[in-house]
Amino acid sequence: MKSSVIEVPAVTLKTGKVRKTTEIIEKSMSMTFTVCGFIAVGFVLLITIFLVVSGTPAIAEIGFIDFIFGTKWASTAKEASYGILPFIMSSIYGTLGAIVIGVPLGILCAVFLAKVAGKKSSALVSNAVNLMSGIPSVVYGLVGMIVIVPTVREVFDLPDGANLFSAMIVLAIMILPSVISVSETAIRAVPREYEEASLALGATKTETIFKVILPAAKSGILASVVLGIGRAIGEAMAVMMVSGNVANMPKLFGSVRFLTTAVASEMSYSSGLQRQALFSVALVLFVYILAINLVLNLVIKREKK
Amino acid sequence: MKILRAAIPMLLAAATFTSCGSATEKTVSTDGSTSMEKVIGYLSEAYMADNTDVKVTYNPTGSGSGIQAVQEGRCDIGLSSRSLKDEEKADLNETVVAIDGIAVIVNPANSVTDVTLDEIAQIYKGEITNWNELGGSDAPIVCIGREAASGTRDGFESVTGTEDSCKYAQELTSTGDVVQTVSSNPNAIGYASLASVSDSVIAVSVEGVAPTNDTILNGSYKVQRNFVLVTPKNKELSDEAQKFYDFCMSGSADEYIIKAGAVPVEK
Repeated sequence: MKSSVIEVPAVTLKTGKVRKTTEIIEKSMSMTFTVCGFIAVGFVLLITIFLVVSGTPAIAEIGFIDFIFGTKWASTAKEASYGILPFIMSSIYGTLGAIVIGVPLGILCAVFLAKVAGKKSSALVSNAVNLMSGIPSVVYGLVGMIVIVPTVREVFDLPDGANLFSAMIVLAIMILPSVISVSETAIRAVPREYEEASLALGATKTETIFKVILPAAKSGILASVVLGIGRAIGEAMAVMMVSGNVANMPKLFGSVRFLTTAVASEMSYSSGLQRQALFSVALVLFVYILAINLVLNLVIKREKK
Repeated sequence: MKILRAAIPMLLAAATFTSCGSATEKTVSTDGSTSMEKVIGYLSEAYMADNTDVKVTYNPTGSGSGIQAVQEGRCDIGLSSRSLKDEEKADLNETVVAIDGIAVIVNPANSVTDVTLDEIAQIYKGEITNWNELGGSDAPIVCIGREAASGTRDGFESVTGTEDSCKYAQELTSTGDVVQTVSSNPNAIGYASLASVSDSVIAVSVEGVAPTNDTILNGSYKVQRNFVLVTPKNKELSDEAQKFYDFCMSGSADEYIIKAGAVPVEK
């Protein structure tokens, strides 16, 4: 800010007509703000209602158990089968893998940014991280398809590199920006006295970071992990381009299809029960995201206490 | 006009009456094969550009539904990516408007250049799993295919007789993805419309015949199927539908059929 003086508009006593128009403007603007505020709520409600209404008929027709725990998805076969356990498991494994690879990397990067880096390198890294979060997911997918998939194939000597592992790597890279920025904020929020006290007692910098700062920033870091999970489980485009898209039960080096890609890859031509089943898949995904958001809110609440 | 469709059940007649309410815009309705989407899209766009008072509609329901729709008088022209069965021929006419050639593609590094239909089927069913069984190098075969709803997949699987029994390593959502994946994996085999095949992959010959427009036209290249216009036998097309039909079968439609990636038939 250029100056700390806040300019207050000159208050003039308004009477009669002027006062009335001001009142009308004030009221209508306040209405506008309220309406805009509730539009977001409206959209969420609309989507929820739409998903529940269009997603439940297929579940009812297929049967909840057959749908959720069925291991065979063959929506266009003559004897169609609609089991989405392969998608659910792939989504869970893929997300877990992304967390296992991405979170340690992200946290250590956040430590670097908050505690180790000098001004110049800190600016460089945080700019790069910001840029990363702005890259469209299709670009991650493209790079994954052209660089990661062939590399995975060669490094592990596999017949084909489009598999769960490649998807994990791409997702791990994609969740880095959210993990880094949220953990960095959490680490920076740790009171300086903790660090100084630890150093004064003779602990090394590394000991201080791992034994004092990170534990103190625990809940913020946890929030970053939950955020990362949310991002990873909802990603469709990049995953579709590197995971092979076959509805198999997940194997690390096998072709898999995620919940998101199941919807994205079949929706355009689908009809009848197949289409309804895709809405149901979307509903299941929505429930997952909802659960993750609930967890996130709990974590943040606990942090505030 | 559509009202001319006599001799069809009352209900269906009522349904069609409603669709020809506007007098200024005449419609030609087509219904059927999803794989013909591009061909019919290009044709109807070109036709509507010249005949602004006519609207050509397309309902992507699948070949079977399209044929049924013609039988029941629910559309003017049915679109089918398979030939009619004998019992369907009793009251329907079929006219081949274009041929779709599906190229079987491998990586340029692959030494296998010729396969038989039977071998293709065995590869995709997972019965042949190594290229050395076909005279190639000792490497596992990676089967690349399209997503379940793809017309190309439907065509490929019906020609090779592998419906619902393919064991894919990857199911990709576009022809471009298939070509890209095959070009980057020396062990891969895939299939794509002939028009989309680029230099980065090799289209193998099937039973000794390489896929070209000529071999597709004369039928010697086997992995192909007809795009068929289905019309009723027992009654005439409406004027607009007849005109659109004539346009599709005329030589001037060829360039649009080629644009859509199919091979026009000789007219």
